[in-house]
Amino acid sequence: MNTTKRGFAYQLWDFFCSLRLSIFLLIGLALVSIIGTIIPQGNPPQEYLQTISETKFKLYQQLGFFDMYHSWWFILLLYFLTLNLICCSIKRLPRVWKIISEPVLVMDDRFETSLSITRDVKMTGAAASIKDQIVSFLKQEFAEPVVTEVNGEYHLFAQKHAWCRLGVYVVHFSIIIVFIGAIIGSFAGYKGYVNIPEGGSISRVVTRNGKAVDLGFAVRCEKFSVAFYDTGAPKEFKSLLTVLENGQPVAGKQNIPVIVNEPLTYKGVTFYQSSYGPSDEGASYHISVKNRKTGAATQITARQGERVALPGGAFLSVMEGTADVRPFMKDFDGPGAQVEFTPPGGQPQPFVILGDKYQSFNEQHGGDLVLTLASLDQKFYTGLQVAKDPGVLVVWLGCALMVVGICMAFFMSHKRLWARVTDGSVTFGGSASKNPAGFELSFDELMQKLNKG
Amino acid sequence: MSSSMFFNVAMVTYLVSTCIFFAFLASRSKAVGLAGTYAALFGFLVETAAIGLRWKESYDQGHGHAPLSNLFESVVFFSWTIILIFLIMDFKYKYRAVGAFVVPFALFGLAWAQLSLDSGIEPLVPALQSSWLMYHVITCFLGYAAFAVACGISIMYLIRDKMEQNGGSAAAGGMLSMFPAVKVLDDLNYKAIMIGFPLLSLGIITGAAWANYAWGTYWSWDPKETWSLIVWFVYAAFLHARITRGWVGRRAAILSVIGFAATIFCYLGVNLFLSGLHSYGK
Ligand code: HEM
Repeated sequence: MNTTKRGFAYQLWDFFCSLRLSIFLLIGLALVSIIGTIIPQGNPPQEYLQTISETKFKLYQQLGFFDMYHSWWFILLLYFLTLNLICCSIKRLPRVWKIISEPVLVMDDRFETSLSITRDVKMTGAAASIKDQIVSFLKQEFAEPVVTEVNGEYHLFAQKHAWCRLGVYVVHFSIIIVFIGAIIGSFAGYKGYVNIPEGGSISRVVTRNGKAVDLGFAVRCEKFSVAFYDTGAPKEFKSLLTVLENGQPVAGKQNIPVIVNEPLTYKGVTFYQSSYGPSDEGASYHISVKNRKTGAATQITARQGERVALPGGAFLSVMEGTADVRPFMKDFDGPGAQVEFTPPGGQPQPFVILGDKYQSFNEQHGGDLVLTLASLDQKFYTGLQVAKDPGVLVVWLGCALMVVGICMAFFMSHKRLWARVTDGSVTFGGSASKNPAGFELSFDELMQKLNKG
Repeated sequence: MSSSMFFNVAMVTYLVSTCIFFAFLASRSKAVGLAGTYAALFGFLVETAAIGLRWKESYDQGHGHAPLSNLFESVVFFSWTIILIFLIMDFKYKYRAVGAFVVPFALFGLAWAQLSLDSGIEPLVPALQSSWLMYHVITCFLGYAAFAVACGISIMYLIRDKMEQNGGSAAAGGMLSMFPAVKVLDDLNYKAIMIGFPLLSLGIITGAAWANYAWGTYWSWDPKETWSLIVWFVYAAFLHARITRGWVGRRAAILSVIGFAATIFCYLGVNLFLSGLHSYGK
């Protein structure tokens, strides 16, 4: 006999159909997800080893705790959830479909006792004429009824929003759609990061997995700028980007401003403003040099890191600078630079020079000379996050379905009404899939209307 | 008049409302219960005015933005949404005793914000300059608020359930007699979560949409995202528990309390104890 074999298959099926498994999986996923929020994900090994011992590190690595949400056991849990979802739906959907497509048309005595709401109404006339009255009444006030005649009695059935019973399945299906979108994204998309210096362009990106991807076009950074609030907090990071095909700017894709929250998309690849920094080329600093004694002033221009000779035998190199010192120096604004000044025959002296608003500040250093930073031409690079994800639309489709499904499942109710018409009386019965108390109220209202009408 | 004064008035009104609700439990007078609801409603209107005023104040400072951008503003908004959801449920189902266990949440929130959080109005950093901020924060907080209401109801359930098991006579008199029956509490708990779950789902979806729009990844398993998913799992478990035999009642109430604890951790704990992209509370 193959009962044990069949038994095992059945057991497996039952296991995957069980709602207890769903609860277990949902709570289990909630619990294990906590791990990855406590242990930082995806850091280099050295960083972990600073805080935990080598044995612990090896153990955690074995368990996949450093990339937990992509570890085999976490993915396995997600597969179980999906399987559970599919099996449960396969098992239950036919039953629900039957309720929708093959409703009970005849309310017999046994069925009547199973309904929680029933009312008897006395009416004058023969069954056939009462039936016509009720049919037009229900058609107007509720929904068009189906009439069945059994042994001289008329049975009416009417229903509203039957399809909202499918809401739960729409929600479950939507979760699978979201998973499919995520899988498409992980196989057919990539995420990367590029730095483009002002005036420079790139045509390839290095993805997070370390692969170089050819974009098939190039992106040039025309300009990068950063603006600050009066408080010194950053207000805006902006790159002007131009897309190039075969070295030529693409019409409509020139000098496009890209700021945080406003990316640029071209051919399915999207560029997001993410970071910035001074470009390797460095800035040019325009510095006015005034002799304290003679008052003679000259203008010099120094490149970052360059050592330039000053009048009188001193030397100056600019280490770094910024167009706006507010984030670094409280109560000051305008340009500022960290310089290294070497007086004739002396030791190098590091100090900060500011704009001409701060003469007394600038006069504190520089020996015979007073150095003032007139302006600077700062060159930046812009740091852009680059992403291509063809699965994203599928994910949004799943999300939209989920919202629709949740609304169907939570806020709509399948309402059913039965009426059994005999000579001189009608028996009504009703049921609703949600909010029975509310349904009873509207049911009674309906009965009152019938009595008046 | 500054928004801060209005916030203080709202705070005191919620305190009064809480006291009235407890007086209602003790006195069992319908009129007292109604007074508690009216007090909460008055506090709600004052808090609404305060939030509106703060919004205007940010424009007066030259960088107008919706008051949803730092910890102070979010805690204030949280207390506002809790009272909103409470008032909706009170209006619909009229179980006044629930107020004694829900209004205190809003009171705690507002008092914490007013007494110890930095209430300065700051301009928006670039990452928050997006209309997605509004959609995301509003849906999330309405969801959180519904869970707060559900948690209050579940605590009532657990108290009443415990008392009834220790001998039904305790339930006959005293404060407990104003508690709705356990079956009603169970149902109210479910109804509150039926409001919260869709809103949380929308909150997660709008958050994902924003992340995708701003950073190019709709999901990056950052601790805040993960915790919102944890909360979502817990309430999904709750919804399925209800249709499974043996899981209704006490266990569902416990799940609802756990769900709210996870919600609070998601909202505050993540910023205090873990690091990530979300910037509130830093
Ligand atoms: C582990 C996989 C899952 C299985 C096997 C499962 C199964 C079920 C079943 C059998 C029902 C009851 C249907 C009915 O009343 O006829 C249900 C309801 C529901 N499920 Fe799931 N489910 C799963 C995961 C999820 C998830 C992750 C969500 C997240 C949104 C979800 C959302 C819902 C909702 C909203 C309801 C309606 C509950 C209600 O009406 O109170 N399910 N589920």
